[in-house]
Amino acid sequence: MSAILVIAEHAGGQLNPSTPKCVTCAATIAGASIDVVVFAADGAAVAQQAAAVGGVRKVLLVDNAANAEPIAAVLAPQTAKLAANYTHVFGPSTTFGKDLMPRIAALLGVGQVSDVMAVDGPHRFKRPIYAGNAILTIDTPADAKVVATVRVASFEAAPTGGSAAIDKVSVDAPLPTHTRFVNRSAAATGRPDLQSATRVVSGGRALGSSENFKIIYSLADRLGAAVGASRAAVDAGYVPNDMQVGQTGKIIAPELYVAIGISGAIQHMTGIKDARTIVAINKDSEAPIFEIADFGLVGDLFAIVPELEKQLGS
Amino acid sequence: MRRVMVGVKRVVDFNVRVRVRPDNTGVITDGVKMSINPFDEIALEEALRIKERGLADEVLVVSIGPSDAQQQLRTALAMGADRAILVQGDASAAPLTVARVFRKLIDRESPFMVILGKQAIDDDNGQTAQMLAALWDRPQAVGTSKLEITDGKATVTREVDAGLESDEIDLPAVVSVDLRLNEPRYVKLPDIMKAKKKPLDMLSLADIGVDAAGGFTTVRVDPPPQRQKGIMVKDVGELVAALKKRGLV
Repeated sequence: MSAILVIAEHAGGQLNPSTPKCVTCAATIAGASIDVVVFAADGAAVAQQAAAVGGVRKVLLVDNAANAEPIAAVLAPQTAKLAANYTHVFGPSTTFGKDLMPRIAALLGVGQVSDVMAVDGPHRFKRPIYAGNAILTIDTPADAKVVATVRVASFEAAPTGGSAAIDKVSVDAPLPTHTRFVNRSAAATGRPDLQSATRVVSGGRALGSSENFKIIYSLADRLGAAVGASRAAVDAGYVPNDMQVGQTGKIIAPELYVAIGISGAIQHMTGIKDARTIVAINKDSEAPIFEIADFGLVGDLFAIVPELEKQLGS
Repeated sequence: MRRVMVGVKRVVDFNVRVRVRPDNTGVITDGVKMSINPFDEIALEEALRIKERGLADEVLVVSIGPSDAQQQLRTALAMGADRAILVQGDASAAPLTVARVFRKLIDRESPFMVILGKQAIDDDNGQTAQMLAALWDRPQAVGTSKLEITDGKATVTREVDAGLESDEIDLPAVVSVDLRLNEPRYVKLPDIMKAKKKPLDMLSLADIGVDAAGGFTTVRVDPPPQRQKGIMVKDVGELVAALKKRGLV
């Protein structure tokens, strides 16, 4: 039987929505028992949130001052120790999980499965390759532990309503001091988080400047949406890197995605193709984005976007 | 000698639209343009700049792959690398195997930094740097968009979901690079000629004592599910009506 350990992602005392999505992925393995581990300096509040995720059997809370920031080199040896009791170790395919999970796998001497999008059995997984232009099905060795990152856009969050027990545990592993956290600069936007928002409005190179991006923010605020951008817009310096949507940025699956002035490079489309409804606004009727959009509108975005905002307000 | 080691993978060029083979065993690579993985070019560019700033004496490029990967190593030498090693192996060697090869080469070459691309654009695994750092028991800076080296330490800025994170790491260390670290230089014709004379060593996995067994088995490769093309609306009013009908606004 599969015993799965999910590594919780959290910041500022809040469990990241990626964790209940990993739990959903783990629950697709028949008969799996699912535990969640919280590494923190003082993780009581996060552990409570993890315990409330449906389908979780037990939460392991590893409080240690060294765990104040999620440093992969510090968390990996602790996870490798805990992994002795599990057949699978899952983490999210966010920058947190992508940093940590391969380090754990190497310590355990096993390969790592990246971006699991579907589970076909305890050792059979589907994952995207070539920027999502092909889907690879692989078998991991039946006698080896499975370490994997879960493509969060492929799974719904497990519902709350659970009441798992919380075990405080200490892990006896030597922890390195060679990596020291300095700071993290997060743009406080007051808007929904891009990765978990139900609505996202994105702008591309056609916006032409960071000043012009104002109309994107304004429309997003009318919709209560998060704001994203194409790689071209980020590379041009119109918006910061954490807004990039696509294979090399964030892969998202909102209910509504509005692509404005984005032509639709393959790597961008890979990041949005799990969106429920895609709206594309572009002046070029031949733009590839229209091939995957549910609703396309050809025209000048500087006329259309303010008009759209106006009509949505009425 | 102060040495920087850089990984270079031969991959299908990023401009090629890949297609799945009809027998579902992989993607079509016959007659397709092959190039250096774009992230690895950025890694190499950073290593060259470190050398040009006088902080390193030698840039060593390493590839693990088929014999044809010599082409990509020659390009790397033309960009300015001093020396190359090709460890011959499978074109899609598992990240753990590649990390083990680098770990062995570190014992031979004693670099103070190993710079790798954050992922290869074929397998999209994004694992090798982290695995190597684990095997080496050294720091990893994943997704680096800024790198400063001073007195046996480095300060790295990394692209994370929340924005940018700054870390201080002791050297030696493994750095994996993101797109915005630098803009790789173009290769000039005279440099291509010069690169032909630079040393390129060929080794086998057996030569360095790494066993590639124990990886994953490919079951099949499929094209991705296609989204249906939707409808074109003629104006904003029609768009708003359509969204309202779906209950989206």
